[in-house]
Amino acid sequence: MARKLNAFIAGLIALLLSAPILVVAGVSVNAKRSLDFPPKGFSLAWYAEVFTDPGWRGALVASLVVAVLSAALAVAIAFPLAWFLWRWRAPWARAFEMLGMTPFILPPVITALGFLSFWTTFDQYGAPWTVVVSHAVFFVTLPLVTLSMGFAAVDRSYVEAASTMGADDRTVLRTVVMPLVRPYVISGFAFAFVLSLNEYIVAYMVVGFTLETLPIKIFNALRYGYTPTMAAVTVLFVLLTGLVFGLIARFGDLPRLLGAWARHD
Amino acid sequence: MIRRAPRSLAEHAPILFPALMLIVFFVIPFSLMIAVSVARRVPGGFYEPDFVFANYERFLTAFFGGVLAFSLELAGLVAVLAVGVAFPFTYRLARLPRAAQVRWLVFLLSILSLSEVIIGFAWSTLLSRTAGITNLFVALGLMAEAQSLTPSFGALLAGMVYQAFPYTVLVLYPALARLDPSLVEAARTLGSSPVRAFFTVVVPALRSTIVATLIMAFVFALGSYLLPQLLGRPQHWTLSVLITDQAIYQSNMPFAAAMAVFLVLVSLALVALALLAGRRKEEA
Repeated sequence: MARKLNAFIAGLIALLLSAPILVVAGVSVNAKRSLDFPPKGFSLAWYAEVFTDPGWRGALVASLVVAVLSAALAVAIAFPLAWFLWRWRAPWARAFEMLGMTPFILPPVITALGFLSFWTTFDQYGAPWTVVVSHAVFFVTLPLVTLSMGFAAVDRSYVEAASTMGADDRTVLRTVVMPLVRPYVISGFAFAFVLSLNEYIVAYMVVGFTLETLPIKIFNALRYGYTPTMAAVTVLFVLLTGLVFGLIARFGDLPRLLGAWARHD
Repeated sequence: MIRRAPRSLAEHAPILFPALMLIVFFVIPFSLMIAVSVARRVPGGFYEPDFVFANYERFLTAFFGGVLAFSLELAGLVAVLAVGVAFPFTYRLARLPRAAQVRWLVFLLSILSLSEVIIGFAWSTLLSRTAGITNLFVALGLMAEAQSLTPSFGALLAGMVYQAFPYTVLVLYPALARLDPSLVEAARTLGSSPVRAFFTVVVPALRSTIVATLIMAFVFALGSYLLPQLLGRPQHWTLSVLITDQAIYQSNMPFAAAMAVFLVLVSLALVALALLAGRRKEEA
């Protein structure tokens, strides 16, 4: 009885969480240019339009390029920092770790406004590359957290063994540490990638009038009325996001990444 | 490999790039924003460096007070609702078999990372007249004809709780996943029902976690800036919306910056409080 009730509640929550997405998915296959649910007729034309319409395709490409570059830059910032904190005893360097965590905790509009004042002051407002740097710093928290966990999980006796045999820091990093932390590098990259892909306010404040990322394009399009194309884009985005997290779960230890200790710890 | 303090320049070299990036692209923008908040506004949408508190004085107006009070109320309500649902949910989640946990976590992470634009669009579709939930009620005979439920306060609240729920679950997850199962087993052996064990053992044991999570969810909800525009009416605009509006559409950067500085102070104070609440638990 209690088990049935639990399953029922879990199902209800799953339904409530999926409901908006399900309706959007239904709307996206309408045959006519209308937002009806249940859909009237069936057509995948709106999905095709995402890839054939230059506006939507441009936004999709812009978003993907920004997300890949900024996630790579975020990892490039986080990796040496996390490695340094693990390798050396340097309490003062914790300050940089805290600095890397801050933008993620504060309301995003604050970071966005900070970047807006920064790029305007240095006369770079609207330059497409600024959003890459802004996103990288905004989302550096994610690779920083996953990498700190990754380094903490490295068994120091392997490192001892390698350095006793005469390996220097560089060799230890390349041959011992890197293979062990690689899953954490990948999941840090993936987290930053997905969040950059979906990010709106920082991108809007920094390059809102010069470069249309997909969330900006959707928001701009909302003002001229809702179309099934938006619904199709949304469904594609949800699928892509789910796919990335599914891959993280497949190749990494998701419960552990999210803070649950594995049983054997 | 001995873990000691780094000495030579070469040993310090790896931290140079991350430190530089964080200082140039986070500390400096942040300081600039503070400088802009005390700048003097020049008609025409620009500002000059100065040291005036005129932008902060506008906090004393009834309009700003109204927006602030509404933002705090809304964030509080969202936090209470999200934690109220998420706590028992996460408690059950952490006790599921591992494969089922992973499936839920993937699902929750996917929703958490969805753009606010997408959440707003999805909810306004769900609550619309042509595609909305009321069509279902009509089909079931509960309603005479379909109607639009958005924009309204209820729509905004639903959208924001939806957005905050996965975040709240993920904040609660570590504490609940590490909760010693023998606590509940002891209560059960002594004859209390699962529900009673939950309320008399689990909830008190994690009281400070709950407080910390409430505060984190509150700060998270304070940051919502698109849902009030997409699902609410103009009187439902929050501080985050007002900051965006002043910065972009009213070109009043100094006032926007002053409000942002205020929001930072409120958020940081709350986060510090949350950390304190969380730490007390570890000591206990």
